Amino acid sequence: MSDASTRGPFGPSASWDVLRKRAALLHAVREFFENRGFLEVETPALSADTVVDRHLDPFCVEVEPADALGSARRYWLQTSPEFCMKRLLAAGATAIYQICHAFRRQERGPLHNPEFTLVEWYRAGDSMQQGMQLLDDLCQALLARGPAEQLSYSQVFRQYVGVDPLAADDAALCQAARRWAIAVPSSLAPDDRDGWLDLLLAERVQPHLGRGRPVIVYDYPPSQAALARVRPGPPPVAERFELYVDGIELANGYHELLSAEELRDRIRRNNLWRQRDGKEPLPEESRLLWAMEAGLPPCTGCALGFDRLVMVATGAATLDQVLAFPFERA
Amino acid sequence: MASYNTSEFKKGLKVQLDGDPYLMIECNFVKPGKGQALYKCKLRNLLRGTVIDRTYKSGDSIEAADIEEVTAQFLYRQGDTFVFMDNNTYEQYELSAQQVDEAWKYLKEAMVCSMLLFNGQPISVSPPNHVVLRVEYTEPGVRGNTATNVTKPCRVETGAEILCPAFVEIGDLIRVDTRTGEYIERVKE
Repeated sequence: MSDASTRGPFGPSASWDVLRKRAALLHAVREFFENRGFLEVETPALSADTVVDRHLDPFCVEVEPADALGSARRYWLQTSPEFCMKRLLAAGATAIYQICHAFRRQERGPLHNPEFTLVEWYRAGDSMQQGMQLLDDLCQALLARGPAEQLSYSQVFRQYVGVDPLAADDAALCQAARRWAIAVPSSLAPDDRDGWLDLLLAERVQPHLGRGRPVIVYDYPPSQAALARVRPGPPPVAERFELYVDGIELANGYHELLSAEELRDRIRRNNLWRQRDGKEPLPEESRLLWAMEAGLPPCTGCALGFDRLVMVATGAATLDQVLAFPFERA
Repeated sequence: MASYNTSEFKKGLKVQLDGDPYLMIECNFVKPGKGQALYKCKLRNLLRGTVIDRTYKSGDSIEAADIEEVTAQFLYRQGDTFVFMDNNTYEQYELSAQQVDEAWKYLKEAMVCSMLLFNGQPISVSPPNHVVLRVEYTEPGVRGNTATNVTKPCRVETGAEILCPAFVEIGDLIRVDTRTGEYIERVKE
């Protein structure tokens, strides 16, 4: 086969070498989970329900049939297979994994493509520590970079920013950004605590993580729990973890929240933030809430950005070098 | 006033900040985990040439700069003032030496240049990529030396000094690349 990227305007942006490595990694992912007794599942990419997150914007698709008033029903392209996979857990699954495409609007850059491949898995009974170990094992099997270093969110912030993210007040976070001469968006409100934490994380912390050894960051601020459960503390922390290799965020996992009531509350708060940010609120009811009311078993789940994994494995500088057809060529 | 939303950000965008026109020369999308999407931009001030870093949150917007590119003929120079005429409207524009910058080295009467207007006022001018200039003075070269790797300075009709090969003589016409300021070739009349 000739070099794929030389094929003109119709050709792929990845080379055949990379596409072959990509196929080998897909195979290795399946082998890893098969060997541990996980069941491979497939769930709909297009769903009536959607994750409600302040910073995730799903693609909306209008589908037939129209309702009584004549407006088309709205479905959503999944931002991750989380909802459907948890419904399978509530229906009796114990260890499942999926390799699928996920879609997020307006995410485009060297590490982002609006359509991307996720590997997502759940195992009932796992604590956060066990979930982190499983992620570490997968990382070692796929990348062979040795065992990951485990550092708390608080540790990495203290090391690279010089503030304790769980204790510092909003003003101290603003000051830290100024001290590091970070260009601050003028629209960032002084009381938008998570906005400041994200800015500091992106500018000062992430670029250092996973240089040499992979790093798993764990115990996030409760305000960034997403769908993770919060351990009461003190201080309370979200049982969430992320894998970094070469400064790139590869995976995000949760010791999963089980309370439907708590999830309803978080969804409402996310919609309030979305409105404050000038974004459309998203539907708050979902079959996931019904599943959680029926009873989700204690479990830990994790999602790995497969395209980024291929990047790291091949030393590619951008996502486009590992995708056959990135968004502009899709 | 028109403006650009973060989803429209890209290299080459012309925007206005604090009253000055800027060119977006870099735009990097970063988004930590489930966090806030950020657009890290480098912007060059089109009046001063300085480069600044600005970061925007998704949903932010920047005012578009009213920048227009016109073709204008160089008429004459009067001290530190360079006078051009818009070829379509016949309107005359005066630019300072600072605005003309390096372009003065190549400006010959009636030369057609590309000019940037900000809010209708000229801010910079670019000569054609290749111009032909007459050599007014240069030290005599060594007879028979046609090598192009030995260079010497020559003064051309605009008063600028250009590096040319040793064989170039007074009265010759030479072609120069205005983007690099380098000699390209000798031209027959």
